[in-house]
Amino acid sequence: MKRVRYWSVKNARGLHWAYQGLEACLAVLHPIFMRLGYRRLDRGFAAVEKLLKGFLFDSQSCGQCTLSETGMACPMNCPKSLRNGPCGGVRANGNCEIEPDMVCVWVTSWQGSQRIGSPVSAIQVIQTPVDVRLKGSSAWLRAVRKRMGASEI
Amino acid sequence: MIFDDEPIAGENLPILPGHCSPGRFERVLRAGHFAVTAEIAPPDSADPHDVYERAALFDGYVDAINATDGSGANCHMSSVGMCALLTRLGYSMIMQISCRDRNRIAIQGDVLGASAMGVSNILCLTGDGVQSGDHPQAKPVFDMDCMTSLQMISGMRDKGEFLSGRKISSRPQVFLGAAANPFAPPLDYRPLRLAKKVAAGAQFIQTQYCFDIDRLKTYMSEIRDMGLDKKVFILAGVGPLASAKSAEWIRNNVAGVHIPDNIIKRLAGANDQRQEGVNICIDMVNQVKEIEGVSGAHIMAYRQEERIAEIVEKTKVLGDRAPWHPNR
Repeated sequence: MKRVRYWSVKNARGLHWAYQGLEACLAVLHPIFMRLGYRRLDRGFAAVEKLLKGFLFDSQSCGQCTLSETGMACPMNCPKSLRNGPCGGVRANGNCEIEPDMVCVWVTSWQGSQRIGSPVSAIQVIQTPVDVRLKGSSAWLRAVRKRMGASEI
Repeated sequence: MIFDDEPIAGENLPILPGHCSPGRFERVLRAGHFAVTAEIAPPDSADPHDVYERAALFDGYVDAINATDGSGANCHMSSVGMCALLTRLGYSMIMQISCRDRNRIAIQGDVLGASAMGVSNILCLTGDGVQSGDHPQAKPVFDMDCMTSLQMISGMRDKGEFLSGRKISSRPQVFLGAAANPFAPPLDYRPLRLAKKVAAGAQFIQTQYCFDIDRLKTYMSEIRDMGLDKKVFILAGVGPLASAKSAEWIRNNVAGVHIPDNIIKRLAGANDQRQEGVNICIDMVNQVKEIEGVSGAHIMAYRQEERIAEIVEKTKVLGDRAPWHPNR
């Protein structure tokens, strides 16, 4: 739903803080997650994420979420799945070269980034190419593990 | 133009301190000359002479030739193939790599192959979407993007590693470039995008067609404010338009090309529209060379390659320099 997606970018600031809060809460639960085993929890979390992020951001469940760096716009909705900024084909009205009825994901991402506050440092992070093995896995749990310094993947 | 340390004609030069490639293009830019590059039209044929004939049109007028990689998502001879043929004659090639058709395994393999054949310059592009070409049914790859491929190839060169971390025994010594479109939204993000490309490894930039000089000047002043003109060589993209009708068509159908109304009016009002297109291009080159931070012009004269000689001669951008070419 493009309308919800656009709403999310308009409210990027609030959603960004909600996201930060959620990550902090999940981080507290890290010892419990460790005991239960991240692997076992992954499917459940991934299902919740698919539902929630799918509704809010049209998330494509790549498993390597960049929402906080991309102004709460999911870059995987770009038909070229660009995760590092807009291509040169953006139309004069700001719409996508490939899907003329869609606002360029990166035009919305730039707006969202500015709303969040410190846009430049975040959006200028060079995102590594997607690891296709992680598609469909939980990005939240991955973020928590990374934050807590536990092993990746 | 002959370099003192030039080996057998057409072979790569010794790499100077502070340089990263054995190519003539990097030498010209680092020496502070105003460089000229041009795009060669890849043939829809398997005949090498088609390639040689097209390249010969540029002899003595350009410092390097861009071999496009399925531009506009249309099928033509590959950029690797064109570079293989033309480096054998000694031409300085800029091999374009688009992320649309190949994944990271194929791109890295091509980089090694190209470097082994004498390609000293690589331009990393995201690539047009498949829908704009003659095979809209094709599967778009986009495993990498221009940013990650710049980073990947500079890693191959500087760290001597594939993206996987596996070692490369002999590194590809290439001068890395990227594209920029100062005319597409979001306009206020475009200078930052360039900064990101420089951070990812871009050493030279070739821009999209510049027909809106005022916009280019604004963009370049932002670039200078960020100090980027000191970190990267920027070549402004220019090219002759064939007629008002074709300009109108390009504006509506070719992604990312911005042509202001006054250009189309000027073309429409001319008796000889084709000549007026060349005249406009000459004006553009004359104006871009005056902009601080612009290190050269990149001429894209699609189907009008024979006009490049006139554009270069009339603008006198080369001064008394005559770029290298075979049989000089």
